[in-house]
Amino acid sequence: MNFDPRYSARNFASVGTRPIRPDGVDKVTGRARYGADFNMAGQLVGRVLRSPHAHARIAKIDISKAEKLAGVKAVITAADLPDLTDGDAAMYDVLDNCMARTKALYDGHAVAAVAAIDARTARQALKLIEIEYELLPHVTDVDEAAKHTAPLINDAIFTEGLEEKPVKPSNVTKRSQFGHGDVHQGFGHADFIVERSFKTEQTHQGYIEPHACVANFSSDGTADLWVCTQGHFVYRQHCAQLLGMEASKLRVTSSEIGGGFGGKTHVWAEPVALALSRKAGRPVKLVMTRDEVFRASGPTSATSIDVKIGARKDGTITAAEATLRYSCGPYAGSWAEIGAMTAFACYKLDNVKTVGYEVLVNRPKTAAYRAPSAPMAAFAVESAVDELAKKIGMDPVDFRIKNAAQEGTRSSYGPVYGPIGIGPTLEAVKSHPHMKAPLGPNQGRGMACGFWFNFGGQTCTDLNIGMDGSVSLAVGTVDVGGSRASLSLVAAEELGIDYSQVKAIVADTSSLGYNDMTDGSRGTFSSSMATISAARNAIKILRERAAQMWDIAVDDVVWEKGHAIAKGEKHGNLGKLSLKEIAVESGKTGGPIAGHSELVADGAGVSFATHICDIEVDPDTGAARVIRYTVVQDAGKAVHPTYVEGQYQGGAAQGIGWALNEEYIYGKDGRLQNAGFLDYRIPVCSDLPMIDTQILEIPNPNHPYGVRGVGETSIVPPLAAIANAVSNAAGVRMTHIPMSPPRILAAIEAARA
Amino acid sequence: MVEVTLWGSLAATTGGNSKVEIEAKDIRELFRKLAEQYPGLEPWIEKGIAVAIDGTIYRDTWSKKLPAGAEIFLLPRLAGG
Repeated sequence: MNFDPRYSARNFASVGTRPIRPDGVDKVTGRARYGADFNMAGQLVGRVLRSPHAHARIAKIDISKAEKLAGVKAVITAADLPDLTDGDAAMYDVLDNCMARTKALYDGHAVAAVAAIDARTARQALKLIEIEYELLPHVTDVDEAAKHTAPLINDAIFTEGLEEKPVKPSNVTKRSQFGHGDVHQGFGHADFIVERSFKTEQTHQGYIEPHACVANFSSDGTADLWVCTQGHFVYRQHCAQLLGMEASKLRVTSSEIGGGFGGKTHVWAEPVALALSRKAGRPVKLVMTRDEVFRASGPTSATSIDVKIGARKDGTITAAEATLRYSCGPYAGSWAEIGAMTAFACYKLDNVKTVGYEVLVNRPKTAAYRAPSAPMAAFAVESAVDELAKKIGMDPVDFRIKNAAQEGTRSSYGPVYGPIGIGPTLEAVKSHPHMKAPLGPNQGRGMACGFWFNFGGQTCTDLNIGMDGSVSLAVGTVDVGGSRASLSLVAAEELGIDYSQVKAIVADTSSLGYNDMTDGSRGTFSSSMATISAARNAIKILRERAAQMWDIAVDDVVWEKGHAIAKGEKHGNLGKLSLKEIAVESGKTGGPIAGHSELVADGAGVSFATHICDIEVDPDTGAARVIRYTVVQDAGKAVHPTYVEGQYQGGAAQGIGWALNEEYIYGKDGRLQNAGFLDYRIPVCSDLPMIDTQILEIPNPNHPYGVRGVGETSIVPPLAAIANAVSNAAGVRMTHIPMSPPRILAAIEAARA
Repeated sequence: MVEVTLWGSLAATTGGNSKVEIEAKDIRELFRKLAEQYPGLEPWIEKGIAVAIDGTIYRDTWSKKLPAGAEIFLLPRLAGG
């Protein structure tokens, strides 16, 4: 990488201000185009037939009647999406998830699809597809699935990571282990030990916009895809691989996105739409219904976690241990592994051990959800930490401060930390007025910490200076949370111009080099680094052009506050040249002025947050209501503080829903019972208080401005903070998420009994 | 020569050693030599391994130098949401 990303302190002119986002007007007036808002001439309607069975062998599919229906232009099955994955097991799973091959592995698994002239005809055609299923025993519960007696979902899977190679297949696909020291010895030194088991139910990311795309496959073998995604370059790679295309022949344009949170990092319907368009010879629009989104697109894992923590009387933790079982859906994953890495990451521990087990179940393929796997592990650990503090008789904040990881601490997942922000978030919480506010009857307060890694990745950016001095910024990371505003601020900062002179867009896959997707809290971190690099490259050219205009050596030209300045006494009579003045003359000084950047933005820097929550519990009904909520999180440097606060509030709001209400409910038949927002209840504005935020700025040494990702960490503490608050309000330890009214009432009644 | 620490699950590929010593100047050379000396590690490298250098995690910058005396830790290559 020919770019030095190291942090250096500076005074900012644009970064840190709060201008209106460039996509704001279109979004509030309804002009912004989301996935389903794109249309093409001659477009067909795509619909998917899904398995009603949790686990069944597909004995026979007969599409002949559907194909004969007037208005039907294409019917596809797995035969139309042959296996071109060349031994890539992960991509084969993606392919099988898009269209079942030999077995339907969950209620909602796609088994066929049609493209027809209208939705009515498409629905009729689906009814004419005849499928013979041989029903197989199923399992949907993570603990049941991990048992030796459970129905096998894939008899070719043998548990990885065991000391001895297993001789029998299992639903447990992998064991992973992290830690250091000797936990047995550590527990021997403990005066107090808390040992508990916890469960969390499966939740969906709950994005308001369903998956939607329009695919247009041309007879010359090229194709266009307009799609709602978190990563159009990744979608291009995956779709091209699954359809046997060269990536350059597939142009993918990302639409505006009505939420993704990790759920739009996988292809689901897109290869199906492309295959339908290829077969029909016409554009195909495929929009999932809400029912399909729930039944067939990525929920998070359900989990079952055992935690044991010991401490001395003085509050020093002597040992910590956790066993974590995470459901993966019917395909192998690494979700428990991440949970095992993050579980104790907030603490300084001499003896720590975590073991993760990945478990197959007959549920949809698990997908990432905002700091994937970390919230559930934090729920279990932070609940036990709170209980241990209480047992010792220490304030829960002081107990955490005493044991908080700091620079030089060996993390529970292995490496030694550099500068980190867990201590400062705890100190900020300790002195926050929220902690001192009085509580009313049936109210309780809880707090909890959370950790997330944050990631960077491959990033490519173009910055073009128009002949009128305005600046176009083309980025390849999808804007999921206001990054076009943040990146415009960064471009303005580097160039020394006003924010209003910069217009940022998300470029399509044929206009820009490859970009990893917007995940891992990387959008602003990575693309701001690339924008700084591109702007600095453009400034180099601006200086060269100014030198030409003045007929002096380029080394005598510096760039300050949006102007070229001739330095040295011999050039003292030369005035400044503004960016606009240089741009106007660009046709005569060498042509267009642009800056390009391609880099790998590594060194994202780990992130910590601490949350405070007040809850009121109705002891007669078990209903819980959040009264007050505060988020304290390190942002490194908040480029656009309003959108940083928005990320903090969004993560907290989703965490509140997860903690109190959201849950996939399966019947004994293995079918999802609540595939809609009426029965799967996410929080709405009237359910939530105003969520207060406090941004800490501890610079990331690996970014020129000190920026850290902020999008994910905010969902890590809420499950635990709310569980601690409910436990304090109800007087009984809550161990099962969501803490829905029936669960809280049952816990209260059990405690009374 | 740098000392490389492997996460728990990886130690099985190096005969149970959680620490190995490798002569490597950057991440690229580290992966190449690890694969040569411990063939069991090659599929893991193919699938993706991240390298923490003094606590900072690198997933893709294979040109990153390994400073003498730095703590080098191999981790699963994770993704976010």
